[in-house]
Amino acid sequence: MSKERKIRILVGKPGLDGHDRGARIIARAFRDAGFEVVYTGLHQTPEEIVQAAIQEDVDLIGLSSLAGAHNYLFPQVLELLQEKGAEDIVLIGGGIFPDEDILSLKQRGVKELFTPGAPLDGIVNWVRENIKPR
Amino acid sequence: MSWTQKILDGDIRAVARLIRNIDDGLSEAREVLKELYPHTGRAYIIGITGSPGVGKSTLVDVMIQNLRARGKTVGVLAVDPTSPFSGGAILGDRIRMQRHSTDKEVFIRSMATRGHFGGLTPSTRGAISVLDAMGKDYILVETVGVGQDEIEIVRSAHTTLIVLVPGMGDEIQAIKAGILEVGDVFVINKAEREGAQKTRQEIMVMIEMNKERKIKGGWKPSIFLIEAIKNEGVEDLMKGIEEHRTFLLKKGPDYLKKFQYDQAHMELFDLIKQDCVEVLHDHLKRSGKWEQYIQDLVHKKTDPYTLSEEIIAFHLNGCKAP
Repeated sequence: MSKERKIRILVGKPGLDGHDRGARIIARAFRDAGFEVVYTGLHQTPEEIVQAAIQEDVDLIGLSSLAGAHNYLFPQVLELLQEKGAEDIVLIGGGIFPDEDILSLKQRGVKELFTPGAPLDGIVNWVRENIKPR
Repeated sequence: MSWTQKILDGDIRAVARLIRNIDDGLSEAREVLKELYPHTGRAYIIGITGSPGVGKSTLVDVMIQNLRARGKTVGVLAVDPTSPFSGGAILGDRIRMQRHSTDKEVFIRSMATRGHFGGLTPSTRGAISVLDAMGKDYILVETVGVGQDEIEIVRSAHTTLIVLVPGMGDEIQAIKAGILEVGDVFVINKAEREGAQKTRQEIMVMIEMNKERKIKGGWKPSIFLIEAIKNEGVEDLMKGIEEHRTFLLKKGPDYLKKFQYDQAHMELFDLIKQDCVEVLHDHLKRSGKWEQYIQDLVHKKTDPYTLSEEIIAFHLNGCKAP
């Protein structure tokens, strides 16, 4: 039996955006880094994502968004986490975000946003440095 | 409020965290499990096993739907493999069941094997107890995709489903020992495919050849053809599961007691095995003896049989090595 805490991460795609290659690649990178990744797949509502995150007791939610709905979907996930007393679960995003959106999303509580070209190693290292399993 | 009370009250966050603590082998979790033990034994546990890709998760999804339509509460444990290299895992069973995420009467948890063989995880039994104690009527346990010999689920489930798809091997597969012997209910999924009837025939012959039915209390396994993705045939399958449940209940208290006896036996056996190995291994490692033993073995100064006997003789005073 292992006695170390394993980092658990939910990777999913909210909304109608159907391009999941990025999400699958990051899930794979997290697996190779030794994390346990709960992959919830496409077309998730914020409610589904938050409930899954709570049931799975993840430390981190990583959402992929390429279709421009991040300003609506990400804050909703944050609100729901707060509503359910689960604001200790960290939210990050990956995808296409204009600079001004990055600023405002971070202000609202998204911990980090990764844009095209972000190296996988860099994202994995960010997780190692910033996420301490509870 | 105590952990135990929170679990009994069905506090989702407490349940989720406790399962994680069990998974991570924290000693606090064990203390809670001790307290929960008297509150377990009420849920009906269904095991779902079969090779990778036969549709276990999709089947679980429609089973949840069916049970919820009947007003039953459901807990799900879905096991996926851990990478032997990184120790990480991608747990993807949930994708097929995500529509039930927001249903408060459904609790779904993905688990990684973490190096354990047998189809489940070392923590599965504990996790079942937690879902049982929180009051779920049914607990569906989906094993990792299995081959031929991963039959651990049988020790934990009241009814074990073996999921197959048409055209997966010839007649000889069906007479081999192992997984096909342990099914209470056989499910042939993707039954629209060619060969479904042939697969059914082969399973039927296998079942018929076992005339004595000494194991399983005389139950004759049933076979169902379904298309899980279209929710076809699932109603009948659920009735088949209920029939097995009724059969177990009708066998009377003696049979159920025997069932509980066997389960208690395996539970204690597995736990002692796990605890002993862990305690001894930790102890030997800390004292540096472990490294010495391994070196001795590598250089053929001794053999593992003698060593194991010596370790047992020394540490378990009074117990003789077999």
